[in-house]
Amino acid sequence: MSTTINTPGTDEAERLALIRQTNEGGQELRPRSQLTAKELMREVGAVLRLSEAEAANLGAIEDPAVIGTTGDVSEQTMIINMGPQHPSTHGVLRLMLELQGETVLRCKPIIGYLHTGMEKTGEELTYMQGGTNVTRMDYVSPLNNELVFSMATEKLLGIDGDIPERAVWMRMLLSELNRMSSHLLFLATNGMDLGAVSMMLYGWREREEVLRFFQKVTGLRMNHNFIRPGGVAADLPAGWRDDVLRLLDLIPPRLEEYDILMTGQPIWRDRLQGVGVITAQEALALGTTGPILRSTGMPWDLRRDMPYLRYEELEFDVIVGTYGDCFDRYAIRLNEVRESMRIVRQILDKMPSGDYRIQNKKITPPPRARIDESMEALIHHFKIFTEGFKVPEGETYVAIESPRGEIGCYIASDGSAKPYRMHIRGPSFVNLQCLPHMLRNCLVADAIAIISSVDPILGEVDR
Amino acid sequence: MADATTTEADAPAPEPPPTVHGHPLTDSNGQPVVHVPRDKYVALIKQLADDGYVQASDLTGIDYLTHPGRTLPDGIVAGRFEVVVNLIDIEHRRRLRVRVQIPADDVTCPTLFDVHPGTEAMERETYDMFGIEFTDHPDLTRILMPEDWEGFPLRKDYDPGEIPVQFSNDYAISGRPSYVPGVPPS
Repeated sequence: MSTTINTPGTDEAERLALIRQTNEGGQELRPRSQLTAKELMREVGAVLRLSEAEAANLGAIEDPAVIGTTGDVSEQTMIINMGPQHPSTHGVLRLMLELQGETVLRCKPIIGYLHTGMEKTGEELTYMQGGTNVTRMDYVSPLNNELVFSMATEKLLGIDGDIPERAVWMRMLLSELNRMSSHLLFLATNGMDLGAVSMMLYGWREREEVLRFFQKVTGLRMNHNFIRPGGVAADLPAGWRDDVLRLLDLIPPRLEEYDILMTGQPIWRDRLQGVGVITAQEALALGTTGPILRSTGMPWDLRRDMPYLRYEELEFDVIVGTYGDCFDRYAIRLNEVRESMRIVRQILDKMPSGDYRIQNKKITPPPRARIDESMEALIHHFKIFTEGFKVPEGETYVAIESPRGEIGCYIASDGSAKPYRMHIRGPSFVNLQCLPHMLRNCLVADAIAIISSVDPILGEVDR
Repeated sequence: MADATTTEADAPAPEPPPTVHGHPLTDSNGQPVVHVPRDKYVALIKQLADDGYVQASDLTGIDYLTHPGRTLPDGIVAGRFEVVVNLIDIEHRRRLRVRVQIPADDVTCPTLFDVHPGTEAMERETYDMFGIEFTDHPDLTRILMPEDWEGFPLRKDYDPGEIPVQFSNDYAISGRPSYVPGVPPS
């Protein structure tokens, strides 16, 4: 059946069947000619996503290009696809844009191209194996995904207060380094999207330095499955402190270079300042978190406002913007790399010694050497790796600050060794909702800048 | 939020169970959870929004088909599905979870779009995965699965087994899938 795609003289019915098979129908942005004015109002309202009172005033907009009450409008506009294969869409994001000339009138993100049913998979894996699944969602900050999953599992187990200090501080160290690598990748792609192609190479180069450290610690550059329920998988390797210090020496001068290359540069500023503006009220209503919410001037960072791990013992600033535009979002991420380095320095000073995982044989496997000498250790080891550990019945929601905003994990347990339901609240998934709002009445060229400044990771959007 | 039921030692009369706007409040691993009937759900979320819960962080569904015996407060009838909403109060730095029971014979739920527009995509995802229809939602279509997909993947009676894979061996031989979701292989 699939072989008939390029065969000349294909049976028409078969071709139509193929089109039907791949059709996405109702998900798409429909042309104005197929919509009544009322439906269009509702759709624009959905895009605008205002408060009820503001939505009531929507009828006051007189611009026919916006409301579409005249029959001519649809002839002046055109609906085009941006993506799913487009260099600036960061994966497989597809945006349907209604354009009038160069101006975007409406936009609808169409997602799901990377959907692999990871939440369903999560129900089939034990809590022990679950980390391998969640780490692949937001593949640019895998350690934060593992962290939130582990914290939710520990909450259900009731051991969230018993995690050894060293494990907690190691988690913080890795989480902050991951924030740095994620933001460095953002700086690289943001530069590339706006034509500063050399920035792409520089950002990637610095990120690779961080990933090299991860490889030394966890064995892998990405998808580490290193933070696990009960602690972390292994202790820090010998010489880790020198490696981190090397990173802390290496990155600041490189960030100064970025400042010269981009921050102070008039072209860069012209492309970003005043583009994709969103207010704090709108950002809150749309559910956005992270740098997008902070760019509006709202100082909301879960690390400071609802501290987890030991963030309350650290000294750091929450970076906020003023205008809620693309430049603020760029500057926030650039400076968050600096703040994360400040945090990492404090962690280096405070890193305690001790165990790197909880010594509860029902939850973490015994040390390898114990298996040779203790029958019980062998049994525990066998039980953990065959059937996993059982988690008491209940449900919980735990959220932490990932580089993109609030990443949450909702787990419901039925008392077995596998989650009854495992849901990840992906910040990218929710943040994507502000795209239609920010893209309204902007230019196509600015659309690229705006998509880039949202920094969506499609692995997490589609899960 | 402290659990008021723990002070039984010196209280002769049993304290009334804690409530939020008249709806029972329970404690789930130290997190406050309020249970609300479906018809009062949007009204409660509105009241909570006025109380300071300005953002709905998360909205998701859950299918309790194979785990029906969970504990719920008195007066709440367990349904097959649940809609779970996590609210956040930025000013007071607190969270609250709202759980709504959805019976199997009427899988609908009012939309939160009017109160928290940011739940739009999450409600679409919940519809996509569980088939919970959010009434008055502005654009209730599938979001992650293809438009013509049959079934709701995260329901517990949806077999994760196999879906037809093009270019696989048995697909090529018979020209059609050997297994259709929901229909046991012959």
